[in-house]
Amino acid sequence: MVSPILELTDINKSFGHVQANKKINLKINKGTIHGIIGENGAGKSTLMSIVFGLYQANSGSIKINGKEINLRSPRDSIINGIGMVHQHFMLVENFTVLENIILGFEGETVFGEKLQKAKEDLEKLCKTYNFNIDLDATISDLSVGFRQRVEILKSLYRGAEILILDEPTGVLTPQEVDELFKILRSLKDEGKTIVLITHKLIEIMDLTSEVSVMRQGEMVGHTKTEDTSKEQLAEMMVGRSVLLRVDKKEIKKGETIFKVNNLSVKDDLDVTRVKDVNLEICSGEILGIAGVTGNGQTELLEALSGIRKVESGSIELFGEKISDQNNFLNPRMLKEKGLAHVPEDRQRMGLIGDFKAYENLIFGYHDQEPYSKSAILNNKEITEYSNKVMQEYDVRPNSPNLITSNFSGGNQQKIILSRELNENPKVLLVGQPTRGVDIGAIEFIHQRLIDMRDKGAAILLASVELDEILSLSDRIIVMFDGKIVGEKENKNVTDRELGLLMAGVA
Amino acid sequence: MSNIVVDKSKVPWWVSNVIVPLVNLTLALLVSGLFVFIAGENPIEAVKLIIYGSFGYIQGFAYTLYYTTNFIFTGLAFAVAFHCRLFNIGGEGQAYIGGLGVFLVAINLSFLPVPIVWLLAIFGAFLFGAAWAYIPAYLQSKRGSHVVITTIMFNFIASSLMIFLLVDVIRDTNQMAPHTVKLPEEIWLPSFEAFSGILGIKIRYSPLNLTFLLAIASLFFVWFLVWKTKWGYEMRAVGHNTQAAIYAGISPHKNIIIAMCISGGLAGLLGVNEILGVSHKIQAGFPAGYGFTGIAVALMGRNHPIGILPAAFLFGILYQGGSEVTFEMPNITRYMFVAVQGLIILFSGALENLFRPQIESFFVRRLNREVNA
Repeated sequence: MVSPILELTDINKSFGHVQANKKINLKINKGTIHGIIGENGAGKSTLMSIVFGLYQANSGSIKINGKEINLRSPRDSIINGIGMVHQHFMLVENFTVLENIILGFEGETVFGEKLQKAKEDLEKLCKTYNFNIDLDATISDLSVGFRQRVEILKSLYRGAEILILDEPTGVLTPQEVDELFKILRSLKDEGKTIVLITHKLIEIMDLTSEVSVMRQGEMVGHTKTEDTSKEQLAEMMVGRSVLLRVDKKEIKKGETIFKVNNLSVKDDLDVTRVKDVNLEICSGEILGIAGVTGNGQTELLEALSGIRKVESGSIELFGEKISDQNNFLNPRMLKEKGLAHVPEDRQRMGLIGDFKAYENLIFGYHDQEPYSKSAILNNKEITEYSNKVMQEYDVRPNSPNLITSNFSGGNQQKIILSRELNENPKVLLVGQPTRGVDIGAIEFIHQRLIDMRDKGAAILLASVELDEILSLSDRIIVMFDGKIVGEKENKNVTDRELGLLMAGVA
Repeated sequence: MSNIVVDKSKVPWWVSNVIVPLVNLTLALLVSGLFVFIAGENPIEAVKLIIYGSFGYIQGFAYTLYYTTNFIFTGLAFAVAFHCRLFNIGGEGQAYIGGLGVFLVAINLSFLPVPIVWLLAIFGAFLFGAAWAYIPAYLQSKRGSHVVITTIMFNFIASSLMIFLLVDVIRDTNQMAPHTVKLPEEIWLPSFEAFSGILGIKIRYSPLNLTFLLAIASLFFVWFLVWKTKWGYEMRAVGHNTQAAIYAGISPHKNIIIAMCISGGLAGLLGVNEILGVSHKIQAGFPAGYGFTGIAVALMGRNHPIGILPAAFLFGILYQGGSEVTFEMPNITRYMFVAVQGLIILFSGALENLFRPQIESFFVRRLNREVNA
């Protein structure tokens, strides 16, 4: 039997206390398209970064064509014929395609012969694989799909035999995806090996011949694609981990207080991320949004909380229109109307790391009484309040004067939560409330959210943790590619059903 | 490169805010001493002269405080904008235009009761300085034009504009030199010798005047604004994390403009000292580099009024003591002291983090040992 082109044995990798890869074994055969599938945080990208030399494994061995190699940097990997196309492209925007491709491999100080040679080689490559790229175009003028092709071309030019693609379709339009798949198939036909990292089952079924499934840092299965089904893969991917069940009273559903009509939202790159979303939340209800990261949840929450502009559609709070494409209330006005927001990314958005804890505890409410009167901050009130809530929410250490970035992730999250829940909001938008938070704090945070629900708040909970969605929500919607692809009462719904929806299958 | 990782939460405040600046300052002065030595003079003598010149006699000390006044204004100006993470390099131009504001108010409203003229003139200085900072602020917040670039350009524009005005519009027509007429004597701010005259002490002329108290008041004003009001809070929020500020409903645009206008206004107050207090007329180029030195003052003072006061005083000593040295030591020119200032800026600004990790880890280890012992 021929030895596999790439063989990983017992790869371990941890970041601090988090073990991202546990004893990973993987064999990839030459001339195949091999899929690696798993949820967010399953360790797929980490594993491939190790193969590409971006990270070094703590232990384990990597063999290429049966020969053990030591990859200390991407350069080593490139020399060994491994190329990688990242989720975020590594291109110099104001360089041309040609300049980007030869970057680091110029081979001469003053451009001349070698550049000309490179250009000819590249033109040949383009013809072979039908790339259809103008080598003299400037990157900033190219669409996302073309930029990706430049990345692929770059890897090929550098002699890649194994090409790793990390979530390649996340940023593409359906037409661009078709084009990409055509290119990948023709690469395979020419004998190249392709590793495709994705969370989309359809792509796996469509394109790959073999597939490996990862879950929580472990490799949970390998199979030939023809021997499996979407359902089976979804089940492997989601797994049946222990649920953190929360004691929850029977729902006391009130009237609808928050309503979203045909909402569409664009991101900073002008890509439509939320597509025609409709939803309603009643008081006393938790509506969970399940979905893999990057399917529009972030932009949806940002639009609902007044941070991001609405492209079309409208948002209603208590029957009053608060946002449409023409005008929207800013977050502070929304707070006054009883809408609070626990943002997904606490460091980037929810907190100011350099501020003291007490300053963050009033953040966004700092101009309300009693924290400030006629523009002057009332330090006595703020300190008293801070001491009180930090005790109530068990923030450790219990010192309002400590700089916020010195608190652990869980305690930072408690600071945000105490701030947003303290005003007893009528509507609460929560994104990834327990990301990077320890178990003890998770239970605490979950209990607080349930308490808010029992008090009659309408809660929208977006989380990539399926367990969290299942244990907290009364009703679940699934987002995929910016659209709501399913809605279920949280009664007899199974992981598998949701897993399929999240992967865009059902 | 050193790779010392220090747990910032364990570093006592006095280490980062007192010891580190002092070490940097000492290094700057040692290197300066070396220059003096190379120039063929005795550095110890030079230090003696500096101390004598700035403290040794009452008139010298008054000069020191006069310089300190100007540095407080420009230092505060830079610090306020910096809390919103804006590098206002335009203190020089804002001070220049601020001076125009003082003069126009004082000359046109001199019929009013004197204290009211003073108040209005101070207001005029602030307003004109703020207005000059408003344009770069607007361009930054709406168009994304970087304030560092625009404020530098606005220094040149201010300079050209003032030369034009001083030559063609508001020049004292009885004179050839580009300056205005003098303000009527009764609205001049009382000078230091006038005060000491009341107390029965007779001293010779010095430029120190009542504006010094305005500078001290400004220190309090900035401290209060930045740390005790919601405006300061919002400015700092925008400066530290713009994304988070937007999340909390704080407008970055508004706060960029407010921070820059207050910054420009404070720089403009330099005009009160120079025009209402000292020369009583606008002379071409009166800000004389104070606006730029203010950046160093603010950096050394860690952008906090409590730090800016000693930093401004230090630069006051260097200015006044420096002129004493150049007077007594023929080998040392005025430019030598520009170099000394440059060294201080280099060590306390650009190389601020050169020794910080070592010093901080040294103290953290020592303090830990004390705790464990």
